Amino acid sequence: MASTHTPSALPSSSAADAVAKLSAAAAAAEAEAEDYERTHVHGVYEAIAPHFSATRYKPWPFVGEFLRSRPLGAVGLDVGCGNGKYLGVNPSVFMLGSDRSASLVALANSRGKKLQEEHVQQSKLKAEQGETDTGAGTGGEAIGGAAVATEVLVADSLSLPFRDHCADFVICIAVIHHMSTRTRRQEAIRHLLRCVKTGEAGQSGGEVLVYVWALEQGNSRRGWEEGGEQDLLVPWVLKSQQQKQPKQPKQRKGEKSSQDQGTGGRVAAATATGNSKSGEEPPTETTAAAAAASGDQGHTDPVFRRYYHLYRKGELEEDVVAAGGKVITSGYERDNWWVVAAAANDDEPSSSSPSRPT
Amino acid sequence: MKVLTLNFLTCAVRACKSSSDSFPLHPKDAELASDDVEVNPQLLVNLLPRLDWKALRTTSAELGFPQLPEQPPTIEELQADEKTLKDLHSLLMETNLMEGKLVCGHCGHEYAVREGIPNFLLPSHLV
Repeated sequence: MASTHTPSALPSSSAADAVAKLSAAAAAAEAEAEDYERTHVHGVYEAIAPHFSATRYKPWPFVGEFLRSRPLGAVGLDVGCGNGKYLGVNPSVFMLGSDRSASLVALANSRGKKLQEEHVQQSKLKAEQGETDTGAGTGGEAIGGAAVATEVLVADSLSLPFRDHCADFVICIAVIHHMSTRTRRQEAIRHLLRCVKTGEAGQSGGEVLVYVWALEQGNSRRGWEEGGEQDLLVPWVLKSQQQKQPKQPKQRKGEKSSQDQGTGGRVAAATATGNSKSGEEPPTETTAAAAAASGDQGHTDPVFRRYYHLYRKGELEEDVVAAGGKVITSGYERDNWWVVAAAANDDEPSSSSPSRPT
Repeated sequence: MKVLTLNFLTCAVRACKSSSDSFPLHPKDAELASDDVEVNPQLLVNLLPRLDWKALRTTSAELGFPQLPEQPPTIEELQADEKTLKDLHSLLMETNLMEGKLVCGHCGHEYAVREGIPNFLLPSHLV
């Protein structure tokens, strides 16, 4: 904060100047963070979109549960929808997905169209066979049987185009950990909370489900753990020659799916920053271009490094509260921390925690 | 993008959020296409209270559809009157804005819609 009064060289009318300077500095820092994310997040996703998408086909179990438990006709937002793998999970809700990456949104769009066409054909077939289809909430296979209505758009999660309180629920999966300052991460959560309905008459408002990558990944091959560096550049190796089908989930339920949140290859992650202690300055280091050239031993699968902030235990809940939300439930699933949050009601104590399948 | 979607969208510019002029966004040079979507009466009935009806009336008029009544149909009306249901389904679910722009009535910014996908990324001076 600005010092209140200093008998300094500042001219007398300078309080306003000082404030202006300070906000200019804040704006510069913000611009720097945006710039950083443009290179180390957005640029990378644009470059790896098809490959990334081919490895993202299987919903997180808890996210699937959350989506399938929403009522018919509910309106949901998927902020950072990527290739849209969650948009069709529950065909009886209206899902609206947004992502910063136009390439991923285009992929999500064609995916949604395909699901819709398949659905139309299936129901025609059923009609011919004289079967009845109540259409209510019966879908729910891994990818979803029928996309009744899924829509996608390109938007930044810090400048969302959704009208306030328009949604029954919001999901935001593996997005917020890409923001390079804590202020921006909290701001992102604030935006999510603003999209959902406010609670009425003592009821909780709409729910916001957030997933972020955990620092504590004791069982993962990545070897990150408590006390480690939280701000990292994580490599994505773009397998150039093989445009093969994604491995179909051979793994049985319960087995670890490192594929789903995988690093696409190598796991050595570079520390993103020397100045992460404040958490307010974007890390500085390798540029994506430099990283891209760093494929080892003359073999040239390009490597892209994405910025991640790995959440430590409890940090996500702290961010929710700082963003003006309250935590309804929270937990850990396969290397991720998750939280179900709602906008904090000033008066009502949060008594009603809806029971939730694990 | 569906007309339904337009009912949930406003200007992405922060300063516009508090202005009632920023919602709904106004289609401009709109090219429409119609999709074949199965009618799901219960879904529509459940969606109805989640819509901003006044904004939908505006959008519908701007796209050249017949004027919607001032009040939304009640659930009973919707269930009893198949034509109203079909018309609403056709407007909300089947009508797609494929190309054109969405204009904010407050700041005047125009968001492009291409191949059915609106783009809300802002130029840096508007962020």
